[in-house]
Amino acid sequence: MDRNKVISVKNLSKKFGEFLAVDRISFEVERGEIFGFLGANGAGKTTAMRMLCGLSYPTSGSGTVAGYDIMTQGEEIKRHIGYMSQRFSLYEDLTVWENIRLYAGIYGLTRRQTLRRTVELLDRLQFRSEIHTLVGLLPLGWKQKLAFSVATLHHPEVIFLDEPTGGVDPITRRQFWELIYEASAAGTTIFVTTHYMDEAEYCSRVSIMVDGQIRALAAPAELKRQFAAQTMDEVFRILARDAKRGE
Amino acid sequence: MDTLKAIEIRGLTKRYGSVVALDRIRLEVYRGELFGLIGPDGAGKTTLFRLLTTLIDPDEGQASVNGMDTATEYRNIRKTIGYMPGRFSLYPDLTVDENLAFFAALFETNLHDSRDLIDPIYRQIKPFRTRRAGKLSGGMKQKLALCCALIHRPTVLFLDEPTTGVDAVSRSEFWDMLAELKAKEISILVSTPYMDEANRCDRIALINEGRILGIDTPQGIVTDFDTPLYALNGSDMFGLLKAARRYTGIRKCYPFGQTHHLVTDADFDAARFTESLTAEGFSSIELYPVEAGIEDVFIQRMENGPEQSHIG
Repeated sequence: MDRNKVISVKNLSKKFGEFLAVDRISFEVERGEIFGFLGANGAGKTTAMRMLCGLSYPTSGSGTVAGYDIMTQGEEIKRHIGYMSQRFSLYEDLTVWENIRLYAGIYGLTRRQTLRRTVELLDRLQFRSEIHTLVGLLPLGWKQKLAFSVATLHHPEVIFLDEPTGGVDPITRRQFWELIYEASAAGTTIFVTTHYMDEAEYCSRVSIMVDGQIRALAAPAELKRQFAAQTMDEVFRILARDAKRGE
Repeated sequence: MDTLKAIEIRGLTKRYGSVVALDRIRLEVYRGELFGLIGPDGAGKTTLFRLLTTLIDPDEGQASVNGMDTATEYRNIRKTIGYMPGRFSLYPDLTVDENLAFFAALFETNLHDSRDLIDPIYRQIKPFRTRRAGKLSGGMKQKLALCCALIHRPTVLFLDEPTTGVDAVSRSEFWDMLAELKAKEISILVSTPYMDEANRCDRIALINEGRILGIDTPQGIVTDFDTPLYALNGSDMFGLLKAARRYTGIRKCYPFGQTHHLVTDADFDAARFTESLTAEGFSSIELYPVEAGIEDVFIQRMENGPEQSHIG
């Protein structure tokens, strides 16, 4: 197996009754890539992402995520990836330290690992003075940095970010992308969904799903060339316009 | 009271404990205007909607809708406004048609009276008229909620983040529907966290942490951006970001879609900066002046604080 392919799936499909939510998608994501996973509402993005995260098994197809079999090793996948969304990340009524300890426990880190990584994390974020602060009291930008760091506490090979910047102010949104850049430069693979088309431009490669299928997959510059578009927003519109399923 | 104004807000303040959700807001929406409230989560948009729709009372200040005071004439206000909250608030176990009939009955009206308003939107959900509202997709729910908010022919419409979490194409369609409603002389106050939607409004207010950072037309607000702004593009974007931040004369550098935006001093020398980047080993560098977008303005005002003239 090629260890540089952190995600590799072939003809992945998911059927709910007669409804083909995800229709034979195939792609590979390499180590350290920032992979943008875009799609119109109802295109099957969430269903695809659930399969990649080990939360649901595909109806057919094959592949691996972080080295584990997507058809049989959902539990292993869950333990070896990071996940963060805008809606759910940290517990607001727990302190910084309590949140870290909670997630360290969930990821099965030993006490020594937990302590060492907590110190690392707090130093990197210059957060030491806030260790006993309730997360709910932190400014949004700090909360996001912390959430991202906690989601990578177990050093996953890949982190799934589900609309991590929805509703976030323009400054915090950009700070968050810098965090993504840094993690990617350090070798962590990023798999990210977003409704902000300017963020699609920040990805190494982007896939666009329409009606359960991946209709386009390339670097943003290449996609713009292919579709003779000025921006990723235009590329997205050209593809999503033809969505039959849409809703 | 001035009936040319659909909404008039004077010095409105709302606190939750020690948190100031809204801080002396002053704002007017004219009759027939499509007015956008642009700001991130936690800006106070929803609190403002709840105040204007008479669901909560302010701590200080005063507001009127259709010339009626929100504190004293709330019963009459409620008859003339439509409100679509951010969270889906229809009955999930009633069908599309049952929800419509229910809201019509609630406002003592029937579907015929508002047919011209509702039909263009209803047509799009008609194929699902017997489906339970809870089983509709996000986009369909949103259209049904808009129909329900229009059923009593309101003259002022309040839409709290109708496009959040919706893809770019569906968002654009939703704004087309709003343009049609505006043509029917409905005044609309709509909030959104997507800055690119500002251009669909007649006027906008930028709002952050309970304070208004500026009110103007979308064009007016960007022409107010008074520092030189450049776009930078090249082979190693993350490297360029860091290099630009090290360079004297560049006040700020942040990613902006396919380029980085540089906010510079007045005497910034673009040619010299390009040379210095080349010397550092960067290639395919493009550096050119650009006009500011709404986000540039928002970032600048977030950092510099609101304009004094807009504080009530």
